[in-house]
Amino acid sequence: MKVAVIRFPGSNCDQDAFHSLRDDLGIGAEYVWHESHSLAGFDAVFLPGGFSYGDYLRCGAMAARAPVMEEVKRFAKEGKPVIGACNGFQMLCESGLLPGALLLNAEQKFICKDVYLKAENRTSIWTRGVDKVLRIPIAHGEGRYVADDELVARLEGNGQIAFRYVTASGEQSDEANVNGSAHSIAGVLNESGNVLGLMPHPERATRALLGSTDGFAILNGLKLIASNL
Amino acid sequence: MTTVRVYVTLKPSLLDSAGRTVAGALQKLGYEELTQARIGKLIELQVEHYDDARVKEMCDKLLANPVIEDYQIEVVS
Repeated sequence: MKVAVIRFPGSNCDQDAFHSLRDDLGIGAEYVWHESHSLAGFDAVFLPGGFSYGDYLRCGAMAARAPVMEEVKRFAKEGKPVIGACNGFQMLCESGLLPGALLLNAEQKFICKDVYLKAENRTSIWTRGVDKVLRIPIAHGEGRYVADDELVARLEGNGQIAFRYVTASGEQSDEANVNGSAHSIAGVLNESGNVLGLMPHPERATRALLGSTDGFAILNGLKLIASNL
Repeated sequence: MTTVRVYVTLKPSLLDSAGRTVAGALQKLGYEELTQARIGKLIELQVEHYDDARVKEMCDKLLANPVIEDYQIEVVS
């Protein structure tokens, strides 16, 4: 099992992802530059957080059109696991791999804190291991997920809502919905469930020293696949 | 050389939280008649040979995100 951690100019969670995967999960990880045209030899993709291309125009807009993204799209279509956290989630929406979009937080401010997440989908590789409310950090200014009622109904029908922001006891509330996302949505899946985008950072929650190990519940999905390879 | 202006605006159904803050600030400055402010982007392009379809393509491919934004093209000169 080898995960491609894609680096864009302005990525800043690439090292977090790399070390979380390699040192905490114990699976192979390698950096791939955004200008690469090949993902040969890789089994999964991690699109890291940061401010790719300075967040110019729209967050993730330029990254979504980088050469490597054609390969990521092919990868996703083949059913291989792709995860995008924070800026990576924005890229996945901008590239059309995931529905919806992410806008400036409802209260405008950059929010950096731990949040609680509840898995709605329980069958995808990314969510089947989540058996409790997770505490995972967020750090973003533009994480308000927007989707109209029709799209939300479709996502709910298809089981594409991966995570919702909730209270510590797992209840939805306006206060827990930190950035004002539609229906408290924190993460979504593609229709086949192999592509996950989420604003929280599971890669920052795989070591007790960093405050939480709840990120394992999500990233361990990669190990399930690794054991089948 | 032709100058083309592309105006990108957030779809009216979406909350523009930055625009809301600006509106609040204007109201506090005494402009009670103001009911709303929405912030968009103006992108000025210079093209050697203007081709309507090509500029639209630029908007669809990168400059605007059709999920959340609308755009208008204005040929200046």
